[in-house]
Amino acid sequence: MAYGAARALPGEGIKITTNPDTEPFWQAAKEHKLVACQCGNCGHFRMPPSPYCPVCQSTDKKWPELPGTGTVFSFAICTHNPKNGEPYVYVPVVVDLDGASPARLVTNLGGIDADDVKIGMKVTVDWNPIEGDWVLPVFKPAA
Amino acid sequence: MTWVNQDKCAIVGVGATDYYVRGKSWPRTINDMAGEAILKACADAGISVKQIDGFAYYSTAGAGYLDKFDTASLMETLGIPEVGFSATLTSGGGGVAGAPGLAVAGLMNEDCKYAVTVMSLQQLPQHRLGVVFGAAAPSAENSFLQPSGLVGPGHLMSVLARRHMHLYGTTRDAFKEIVQATRANTHNRPKAIRKEPLTDEQYWGQPMLADPLCRLDFCLETDGAVAVITTTTERAKDLRHKPALIHGVAHGGQAEWGRAFAWMGMPDPYFASSGHAYVAKRLWEQTGLSAKDMDVAELYDHFSAMVLMQLEEYGFCEKGGGNDYVLGGNIRFANRDKPGAIPVNTHGGNLNEAYIIGMTHVVEGVEQVRGTAINQVEDCEFALVTGGPASLPVSGMILRRA
Repeated sequence: MAYGAARALPGEGIKITTNPDTEPFWQAAKEHKLVACQCGNCGHFRMPPSPYCPVCQSTDKKWPELPGTGTVFSFAICTHNPKNGEPYVYVPVVVDLDGASPARLVTNLGGIDADDVKIGMKVTVDWNPIEGDWVLPVFKPAA
Repeated sequence: MTWVNQDKCAIVGVGATDYYVRGKSWPRTINDMAGEAILKACADAGISVKQIDGFAYYSTAGAGYLDKFDTASLMETLGIPEVGFSATLTSGGGGVAGAPGLAVAGLMNEDCKYAVTVMSLQQLPQHRLGVVFGAAAPSAENSFLQPSGLVGPGHLMSVLARRHMHLYGTTRDAFKEIVQATRANTHNRPKAIRKEPLTDEQYWGQPMLADPLCRLDFCLETDGAVAVITTTTERAKDLRHKPALIHGVAHGGQAEWGRAFAWMGMPDPYFASSGHAYVAKRLWEQTGLSAKDMDVAELYDHFSAMVLMQLEEYGFCEKGGGNDYVLGGNIRFANRDKPGAIPVNTHGGNLNEAYIIGMTHVVEGVEQVRGTAINQVEDCEFALVTGGPASLPVSGMILRRA
C-alpha cells in the first residue's frame, strides 16, 4: 500500500525536559547546531547524555558540533497523529550520527514518501520548533 | 556448572480470575482480583492462605504499571499473619519468569515457606498501559524518545522488527504465522479472548499500527489476575499436585541490550534480537540442556516479531533463521511430533488468550509438566517459560516434571 508523503510530527504539543546532563544538547539545538555528548577523557560518544562515560567512567563531557548528517539504522511508518488520532503519516527513525559513532538519535524523517524510506539511506538534520521555545532535531533525505 | 538450587523448589499452586477485555473488569478492583487469584492458587496447592509468608513480585510490584501492590495491604485483606520475605524484580514484564526464581531465593534462605507471585491488571479508561506519548512532558531521558511519536511498546518494537527484516530477509508472513499458529491453540480454551481461527484475509486486512506490525501483531489488552505459589520440593510432597520443579531460572541481561527500545542504542546483532542471549546462556549453563531438550516453549509474546527473535536466541533455530523456521510449521502444536519442532504458546499466549503481563505463560508451563494442560504435549518433561523482551532484566525459567 502507498502511504504517501511523510512529515515530522507538528511541533505544537511536543514537549521535552532537560537535566544538567542533557541541557547542552538542547541549548545547541536552539541554535540549529547538532552536537552529541562525548567523553572528555577517552572520546567515546554516548546518547542520550548521561553522567558517566560507560567506557572509562569519567564525568568529563565535550559537546562537539557534528556534520549534521547520518544514516537510517531502522524506522517505522505510523499513520495517525498521537496527539489527536487524526490521519498523519510520519516516520519515526533511528539515525546513526556521522562523526559520533555509536551515538544515535530517535526522531522523525520527513520530506520523503514513507514508501521510499530505506535502511542505510543518508539523511541530514532539519529543525522543528517545539513547545517551550525548544527546537527538535529531525531529519530529511540528504541532498 | 549445575545450578546449586536445581529442582529444590517447585511451583505447587496456580490460580486465575476470568480474563476481561480491557476495562471490563470494573466494578471489581485490583485487590479483589489479586485476592481471588491468590486464594485459588492456595486451594490448588492445598494450603491455607494463612500459610503464605512470602511475596516475590515483578514489574516493580505494579499492577500493569498503574496501581501498585502492597504486601501489607494483601496481608490485611487476606488475613495473612506473618511475612518473612517481600521482594520484587525491577523493570517490567520482562521479570515474570524470574519472579519464581526470586521466590527460590527467599525459600532457600529460609526467609519463608510458601511464596506467592501475583499479577493483577486492570486498565480503566483514565489509565492506559504502555502509553509513551502522554500529555505530560517526558523525563529528560525520555525526551530523546517520546518526540519521535513511537507511542507505545509495539511502535518501539516495530523498529526492531524492521531491522531484523533488513538483516535477515524476515517477512511479515512469519509474523502472520506466529499469530495464526498460536491462535489455533485457543479454540478449546473457555477463558480465551480470541478463539476463532484467523484466516489470511483477516490478517492481511488489519490496519498497520506501526509498519511493519499490524494490529494483530500486538497482544491483547485484558484485565484479570493470576497467582502462583512456590515452595520447597520437600514441602511439595505433602501437597495436592505433582510439583512443577524449578530446574533452572535466570534474570538479567547485558549492557548491549540495556534499556532496549527505550534508547535504541543496541549495536548489531543485539538490536534485532529479543535481548535474551544472556539469560538463554545462563539457563543452558545451569541445566546442561539446550533447545532440543525442551518439550514446549511458552514465550512472552507481547508482539509477534519478538517470538521469532526469542526462538533464535534460545537456539530453536539459528540467528536469522527464524523466518524459515516459523514458516516451516515448526511452532504449531499440531506439528509437535515433527523433528526439530517446538510447540509454542500452547495456551494461545498474550496474543490470543489474555495478557496478564506474562503470568499465563507460567501457569501453562506448570500445567504442561503436571500433565494437565488443555493442549497437553505428550510426555512433557521440560517447559521453557520466558519474560520480556523489554528493558533489563528479562528472564527465563525451565520447569521440570517431577
